[in-house]
Amino acid sequence: MNPTDPSITWLEEKPLGLAERLYLPLFLQGLTTTARHLVSPKVTVSFPEQRPTVGNPLIYRGVHRLNRDAEGRVKCVACFLCATACPAHCIDIVATESPWPDREKYPEAFQIDELRCIFCGMCEEACPVDAIELTSLLDLTGKSREEMIFDKEKLLSVYDMTKDAEPMKSAALGGTL
Amino acid sequence: MASVIVDGREIEIGGHERLNCIEAARRAGQEIPHYCWHPGLSVVASCRMCLIETGQRDPATGKVTMVPKLVPGCQTPVKDGTVIVTESEKVRESRARVEEALLIDHPIDCPICDKAGECLLQDYHFEHGQAERRADLHPFTSRKRDVGPTVTLFVDRCIMCTRCVRFTREVSGTGELMVTSRGAKEEIDVFPGFPLDNKLAGNVVDLCPVGALGDKDFLYQQRVWFLKREANVCSGCAAGCSIFTEHNQDTVYRLKPRENPDVNRWWMCDDGRYGWHHLHDAARILAAGRRGAGTAACAGAFAAVEWADVVASLRADLERSGRLAVAVSPMLTVEDAWLLCSVARSIDERAFLALGHVPAAGDDESFPGGFTIRAEKCPNRNGVEEVLAAFGSGGRGWDDLLAHVAAGHADAAWVTAGYPRPWIDEPTAATFSGLSCLVVQDLFDSPLTALATWRLPAAGFAERAGTWVNVAHHAQSFRQAIRPPAGVWPEGRLYWNMLGRRGLYDPATVRQEMAAASAPFAALADDPPATGVDLRVRQLA
Repeated sequence: MNPTDPSITWLEEKPLGLAERLYLPLFLQGLTTTARHLVSPKVTVSFPEQRPTVGNPLIYRGVHRLNRDAEGRVKCVACFLCATACPAHCIDIVATESPWPDREKYPEAFQIDELRCIFCGMCEEACPVDAIELTSLLDLTGKSREEMIFDKEKLLSVYDMTKDAEPMKSAALGGTL
Repeated sequence: MASVIVDGREIEIGGHERLNCIEAARRAGQEIPHYCWHPGLSVVASCRMCLIETGQRDPATGKVTMVPKLVPGCQTPVKDGTVIVTESEKVRESRARVEEALLIDHPIDCPICDKAGECLLQDYHFEHGQAERRADLHPFTSRKRDVGPTVTLFVDRCIMCTRCVRFTREVSGTGELMVTSRGAKEEIDVFPGFPLDNKLAGNVVDLCPVGALGDKDFLYQQRVWFLKREANVCSGCAAGCSIFTEHNQDTVYRLKPRENPDVNRWWMCDDGRYGWHHLHDAARILAAGRRGAGTAACAGAFAAVEWADVVASLRADLERSGRLAVAVSPMLTVEDAWLLCSVARSIDERAFLALGHVPAAGDDESFPGGFTIRAEKCPNRNGVEEVLAAFGSGGRGWDDLLAHVAAGHADAAWVTAGYPRPWIDEPTAATFSGLSCLVVQDLFDSPLTALATWRLPAAGFAERAGTWVNVAHHAQSFRQAIRPPAGVWPEGRLYWNMLGRRGLYDPATVRQEMAAASAPFAALADDPPATGVDLRVRQLA
């Protein structure tokens, strides 16, 4: 772009006034903010001894879980929609014919690479049967990359672990049961 | 010439052409939705999706008289002055009602239906259906019925277009499928004890516009939107059917027929359809190898050789050995064969070139619909024979090569194979036992590789690019669909490098050279269309 272009309006910086040139008023202003935070209630916690409180578990995006239906079977129907929606390509499903008469297929294997996952929640949103959900578990650690690839059993165990504290979201959000 | 007016646009069709409204509208770039009509089957006009408005223009006055009722486009032939209206309010309303009727008891199990993504019911619903559901029915599951060894029927997903029933009656001629009951209780079924078990059975899955018929080989394996497709040619038999190889991440998931009026029309056989599993067989030869100690056959095990070294030392080995005999496999493309013959002649000017083993099984099998499965189970015998003729070795076959080697006229042999099934027995292989150097290029180990000095991997059909010439001298060029497994060079790449040519192996360049050098391949000079060219046409002209 040409600086002499008539469509450009050039603005001049305002000259500093006396208060700005003295520096002290602005210094005091900043110091007041610091002082206010010294006396205001603390929002940080000393993790991990203390757990932070999660605002609304319904919209929090932590570790995944695979929900179980009323009979304790995995709810997932292996439709691959989460894998399709996943922008990080971290979901890997192997589908097979289901052993139950009321269900056509189910996941023989279901893996999520938690290291690859960007916790965007698209899988949860894409799922037509509300089988995959993001819990409010926020501290996800492991000793190896392999350990961080969660398989079906591990994802189901996350459900077993969290189901009492966090019931399935579908009821509260008007999804399938 | 006859002119037809489609949505106000006048198009010319040939005077002898017998088109229906769907085909005529398609010429004008207007797609009329349809389920039951298929160009390869008889017309039943039962789905009512293609209902359109038609009329006739008076040739004298130019006045158009419309038919008051909607007519099925598939069943209405066009003639000079026919007027077709595909997008009026009346037509749109009719399509929405048909969609609604079809979806009343169609299970809404799209997420678990294998057809989702390539389903006409889905596509037409988005295009022509209505957003909300008026019926208070929410069916979710479909009954499943085993109708044959390769096909599963999801009974409730069916929209009763009867394409599959007509296919088994008209094309395969076996008539296993039928419609039972009437009205809302209509269902597709087979007669007890007579399953859908013919060699064209897989086509009913392609014909099914919805997810009612599922291919057991593909069921639940992959969602269709993950698949990429490449136009290929089937290598199962000499018919050379046009196919799509559908793959994802270098794994083939299924083969589908590709419409080609000159070869296979819309169909392919089950032998070809399921004939890709050998590509992913763990027993494949995956690296080039040379026997460790000495030049004598059988001594030592194969030691892996880097491809860059293969190029130089293979040539040196063969040059040292002396008189060379080469079997040019009918599984090779004509480009591969051309380069192989060039390599052989550059090593030994008087190399004995012959056609490789031509596998055959049974007799040609013809079906009433005009489809033939060939007994000759290789895709390119005619092409290789033409190449051999261009190198002055026309008419020499596998038996001639065996006789030549048995008579002691050769010191070294180079046998290309690439057959998906076992092809050679030990007594035949023993013919090659006295040679100082035997090069075998194959997909799997065989009695011949047990004798080989050099064992080279071959590429599978979807891993090659080039041209095959089928039994009717119809040449089809195709590109590579998937990359060969790590460590495998497609044959053409090895030959290209052995000739000392620069750059990457490019079948199209070789094709141009062949067309210039050899009259039978002149038709390949211009980039041939996807449906291929008849090599004899240019020769006659």
